[in-house]
Amino acid sequence: MPRSRMVFWIFFAPVIMWLMLLIVLPLCDLLTMSFRGENDYGDMVWTLQNYINFFDEPIYWLTFVRTCLYAVVTTVIVFLLSMPVSFYIAKLARARVQGALMIMLLLPFWVSELVRIYGWMILLRESGVLNFFMLKIGLINKPIEMLYNDATMIMGLVYTSMLFMVVPLVSVMESLDDSLIEAAHDLGAGQWTIWRTIIIPHCKPGITSGSIVVFMLVLGNYLTPNLMGGKNSLWFTEQIYNQFIASFNWNQGSAFGFLLLVLSSLIIWSGLKLTRQKLGEVAS
Amino acid sequence: MIRSLPRSKQYNWSFNCFILLYFVFLFAPLVVTCVLAFNNSDFPSLPWKGFSLDWFLSDGPDRIGLFHDDQNLRSIVTSFQTAFFVSILSVVVGTCASFLFEKEEFRFKGVLYFLMLAPLVIPGVILGISQLLASNTAGMFFDENFGLDFEVFRPSFWLVVLGQFSFITTFVTLVVSARLRKFDHSLEEAALNLGATQLGVIRHITLKFLRPAIIGAGAVAFLMSFENFNTTLFLVGSEPTLPINLYLQVRDGSTPVINAVSLLLIVGTSLLALCNLYFSKKEE
Repeated sequence: MPRSRMVFWIFFAPVIMWLMLLIVLPLCDLLTMSFRGENDYGDMVWTLQNYINFFDEPIYWLTFVRTCLYAVVTTVIVFLLSMPVSFYIAKLARARVQGALMIMLLLPFWVSELVRIYGWMILLRESGVLNFFMLKIGLINKPIEMLYNDATMIMGLVYTSMLFMVVPLVSVMESLDDSLIEAAHDLGAGQWTIWRTIIIPHCKPGITSGSIVVFMLVLGNYLTPNLMGGKNSLWFTEQIYNQFIASFNWNQGSAFGFLLLVLSSLIIWSGLKLTRQKLGEVAS
Repeated sequence: MIRSLPRSKQYNWSFNCFILLYFVFLFAPLVVTCVLAFNNSDFPSLPWKGFSLDWFLSDGPDRIGLFHDDQNLRSIVTSFQTAFFVSILSVVVGTCASFLFEKEEFRFKGVLYFLMLAPLVIPGVILGISQLLASNTAGMFFDENFGLDFEVFRPSFWLVVLGQFSFITTFVTLVVSARLRKFDHSLEEAALNLGATQLGVIRHITLKFLRPAIIGAGAVAFLMSFENFNTTLFLVGSEPTLPINLYLQVRDGSTPVINAVSLLLIVGTSLLALCNLYFSKKEE
């Protein structure tokens, strides 16, 4: 069907403006800013200093490595927890319960992340609800501070990003034909074999897209480490925030930002390569 | 193992327990937050000192309830305004983008499609800082070359709108594209044969068909904008949105007013989410 040029431009102009002005140009600016810095006379010059600082100061790159490792750990935990949950919803729950379960699963995630983290804070802190009950039943005799440690922080990260694994897993499991599992069962396959040879291979696209989204969200999360991890959280986004807002060193902050962007792109790219998928397929 | 296969009692029982625990885990922080909003105490913690609406209605001097708390009320209004403009803008541009990618053929379409998906995998913090940098650069450019001073280029209301718009549009595009793919093109061709103009066809036929997807995407865009934190954090000026305002309060210590705001947020988002779900179900 022939289409007029005018219609094309009506669609094209806003889209190209959006992508160029709000995505491409800002990222280019981020890149150039990260290579600028003041020399000894206070003039702005091209320099690698911001990146050298990153590798010279152990606190910077250790935070970076730590953030990355914890993001991987969180993604693995989210996966292990989401697998049985989505299996239950897709394959075990009765059809009428299924829809209700799905809605119940979605609802908490529509609520702002801040509210959810705040809920955990009033549950877990020293004067919190959990401590109150444990004291009451005599499980402990003085309150313990459960916030501000790494385990709680990871729990919070798992909590805030779990949905993005469960939803793709449920939809991919629903597309798995029950008769395959039945056949395997009739032929004498055990639970473990069924999971390993039928369910997990079938769920691979869901696992990939879920993992990518969860990993990226955890890596870029600021709220949860900041509020649940406290001063010891040492999350890389906090370093970026400190450089930008507290020290007002935008050049250093840009370098950190760019490193984080490279890391997340690399991991996503290799995740897609490993499972031989394209970004477009995963997104839709 | 699945619905149709025989399962041991123990298997059933332990799986049900697991799911129950999982949902307790999901809802515990939300329920606690809501309940403690009504506690007649100066701190959001137990013991329960009786039911009270003070944290909603009281107007001082000891307790200032939510409905008399100017700062929180103003941030709620700001969030509504931001979400309103973001959802309008992103729905318009997102619809254009889905027409562009589904119906038009042009050079570098693949590159542009990839760029359109990019905001999905760029951490929100990075989007925030890169837009802060770019707007600062643009502001300096106009200031130095033309002596013009634009409010937009400093952290402000409109910068927040643009920042959120830049990645929410991607979600709108994906939702609308999915619906557009189901569109029967012969309808369009028939209308064109009967003498309709191209824009007329789009307005009267294609957009009508897309309406449910557009409304749904708009609702999602509204919610995403309303609770966005990461990107907004760097772009916010003197008018904080609700999540930013809450964050500042939670960081500096908490009062049950935060619980009251959270309760309203939970109820509001749940209602909007349920409406959205109901209408999308009805459509099917």
